[in-house]
Amino acid sequence: MGKLSRVALLYIGAVVVSAVVLVARGPFTGLRWQYVVFLGILVIVSESRATQLRKGQLTWSPSSAAMLASVVLAGPVGAAIVGACTALGLRRGPSILQRVFNTAMYALSAYLAGRAFLALGGQVGLPDEQSFPGIIAPFAGAALVLVVANHGLLSGVLWLTRPPDGTPSGVGVGLSGRLLLSDLGYAAYGLLIAALWSVVGFFAPLLVLIPLFVARWAVAQFAEQQKAYEATVGALCQAVETKDFYTRGHSDRVSRGSVMIAREIGMRSERVEAIRYAGMLHDVGKLGVPTKVLQKTGKLTEEEYAAIQLHPMRGLDIVREIGFLDEALAGIMHHHERIDGRGYPMGLAGDEIPEFARVLAVADAFDSMTSTRSYRGARPVAEAIEELRKWSGTQFDPAFVDAFVAALKREGWLRSEAPVIPADDLATVTAQDHDDPGAPLRVIDSL
Amino acid sequence: MSDLAGRTPARSSREMRRYPWQVRDSGQLLLVVAAGVWLVAAVAQTAAEGLQDPRIAIAFGALIAFGEVLRLNLPGDRETAPIGFAGALAYALLINVGTKFVQHSAEQVVTVAAIGMIIGALPHLAVGRPARVSGMAVRLLCVACVAYIFRPLASNSAVESHWGLAVTLMTALTVLALLLEAVLTALLRVDEQRARFRVALVDEMRVQLPLGAAVGASALLIAFAAEVMGLAALAVFTAPLLVTQVAFRRYAGIRATYLQTVRALAKVTEIGGYVEAGHSERVSRLAVAIGRELGIHEPQLLELEYAALMHDIGQLSLHDPIPGGATVLVSRQDQQRIAELGADVIQQAQVLGSVAEIVRRQNEPYRDTDHAANGRAGFAEPHQGSRPPLSSRIIKAANAFDDLVGSSLDPGRAAAAVQRLRLDTASEYDPATVEALSRVVNRRSILL
Repeated sequence: MGKLSRVALLYIGAVVVSAVVLVARGPFTGLRWQYVVFLGILVIVSESRATQLRKGQLTWSPSSAAMLASVVLAGPVGAAIVGACTALGLRRGPSILQRVFNTAMYALSAYLAGRAFLALGGQVGLPDEQSFPGIIAPFAGAALVLVVANHGLLSGVLWLTRPPDGTPSGVGVGLSGRLLLSDLGYAAYGLLIAALWSVVGFFAPLLVLIPLFVARWAVAQFAEQQKAYEATVGALCQAVETKDFYTRGHSDRVSRGSVMIAREIGMRSERVEAIRYAGMLHDVGKLGVPTKVLQKTGKLTEEEYAAIQLHPMRGLDIVREIGFLDEALAGIMHHHERIDGRGYPMGLAGDEIPEFARVLAVADAFDSMTSTRSYRGARPVAEAIEELRKWSGTQFDPAFVDAFVAALKREGWLRSEAPVIPADDLATVTAQDHDDPGAPLRVIDSL
Repeated sequence: MSDLAGRTPARSSREMRRYPWQVRDSGQLLLVVAAGVWLVAAVAQTAAEGLQDPRIAIAFGALIAFGEVLRLNLPGDRETAPIGFAGALAYALLINVGTKFVQHSAEQVVTVAAIGMIIGALPHLAVGRPARVSGMAVRLLCVACVAYIFRPLASNSAVESHWGLAVTLMTALTVLALLLEAVLTALLRVDEQRARFRVALVDEMRVQLPLGAAVGASALLIAFAAEVMGLAALAVFTAPLLVTQVAFRRYAGIRATYLQTVRALAKVTEIGGYVEAGHSERVSRLAVAIGRELGIHEPQLLELEYAALMHDIGQLSLHDPIPGGATVLVSRQDQQRIAELGADVIQQAQVLGSVAEIVRRQNEPYRDTDHAANGRAGFAEPHQGSRPPLSSRIIKAANAFDDLVGSSLDPGRAAAAVQRLRLDTASEYDPATVEALSRVVNRRSILL
């Protein structure tokens, strides 16, 4: 956490002190230790493998179910003790201060939940047939208190320890919203553990938590595979670019630019993902264009120009079998269409051009202009924006140009570095860039 | 009984000169017929005795059907129906619903499970997805086994009154059902893909373990909780399994996309004119078949497939394509350079370290020829560390074979290519790999 402000320390101190005071007040007489110990161990085990959601402090685990089961079975103090066990998990990562705060936070939330359960008329102990359905209302109240207290206390500390540069903590808030719901869902299983305890004893929490553990395992596997996948696609795209020193990193930057536009216009997250891959793969078909055409400095013949015009189709041929959203495929195929209908390969105009393609076209041209080419140096961002504006409405969709400019103003742009061309023959150097709107390909006029 | 019934149609449907276990899919047929015979007997018995507790039977039948609608494809083309399977197992293990003691027979369990499965398969058929009958037969057989063991015991007063005994028994039977499913599925894969049984079983268990644990736990939960909350238990404890299934679907989805993407991007070498069309795909298919023949486990088989698909990716860095792309015809140095460049590309991804290693060493000869040439002790066996990994040896052989044969289907040409590789086993190619390749190629020419 680094250095903390005085307010943050005061806040953490207040949470810790109130947790300690409330739990120390007891009462400890009549506390059913067998439940507390068993559920406590369970929480420690489940916390040892909590899933990391993003880089940062937030993790989720099904321990809220165990805490709520202890609310029903062992009352507020027992629940607080079970809650405190969360910080004993063997997970590496959190600092001592984070652990202390987590312990206090969970103990406090579980204690408050236990109080709410009693206040709403809940009976502590093993539920039997007569407990239903009367137990449901107090339990729901307790679950709500637990989840809200947990998220409230956590948001407080996240807000107080936010980085000083004022980066928006919107991620945290959005994540909390979704976590809140999933935590409430998990919380419901607390009642099931308590109810099943009368039938199968300590076997109950194990059985209830197994499917949830497995689900979490699958989510972690998914995240891992997705990371691996992204890295692999990136590496393969780089392999395609590797021959041409001027276009290295182009796919990656187009991908980033497209994502900036997509976020700016508020695309759904699945579509943002899809356009990211579309950006990475938009030029794979260029490999089908003979090297000598790309290296030619003079005007192109009709045939050579046709070969270049074919590259979006070639790209589509390659990626067609990937189970992507169809939109991504359409984006790759049509990324050289123009709003005025003079693009290729189909000559679509205006709204006929798929949205993805219109987004890609803007990012594609922008990166081309801000990168070094054999016939010119990299142009400054301001100049490139000027150029985008100039062709807005004829070549580009004005809405996406505006969105891109707005996103650029806020986030900036990581330009390509000037390429270092080695002297050996391994390097290919293109003499023309089909993406550059400022220097259109020159074709010999047919007679 | 089911054995006889199973073998006869299998034999009559194919040529007589081959034994049923040599015919592809004979095991599948055997299994389906066994399940079918069992099912017919169970339905007849249930019809004769009448349906016990029809409300409960319908509720479980509906759950099983729902589960079959939500079938799930796990990595490695495995079709499962976790919710349906859990529901059927729970029905077999049911003792009480609320305060009511249930007394349905094992035959009734089989009947209800089968009807649920068939109803659940209908929507798949309606959208043109064929039902995978063998998978359904496996699930039905496992449920039937549990039902025939447990139903007579469920009415035993000792089981009913001691929950400890009941819990132990039910847990053991659930584990048994899951093991049986793994064994039967592995047998099917042995039959279908020519895998080795032990390898197939270990792979099966590794893939099925997490989801199987969730299925087993849910089945037990439903069976136990029915005593406390009645039929509501079905809905309540299906929910966590549903969450699990959604998570697995996303996981399986990204795995499939990953493979499709590597397959697709491996084709860039073809589009760029570096290699002959279809080369990467053919080499990878051949390499995987050889790997299976040699008993490689699935995770390594996947790495082999990736490496085989991308083995020529290094050619992208070459200035001019090799004529025809046949790497077997260029000099050793050039081959090595392509392999190194390709490995570098794959290394970039950082997650495919062993794949990069396989690609890097794909050209290394099996035996150090300098040693052999010295002839001090015949062919001196090089120590294990210097020998290229098995996957590299497989790709070397498969690549050479495909460079010589290409897309030709002529068995004579294939035999000649195998012969040429065989002559080179003194130094270049791994003899065991070449023999495996020869078996794969022979089988293929028989099937043609």
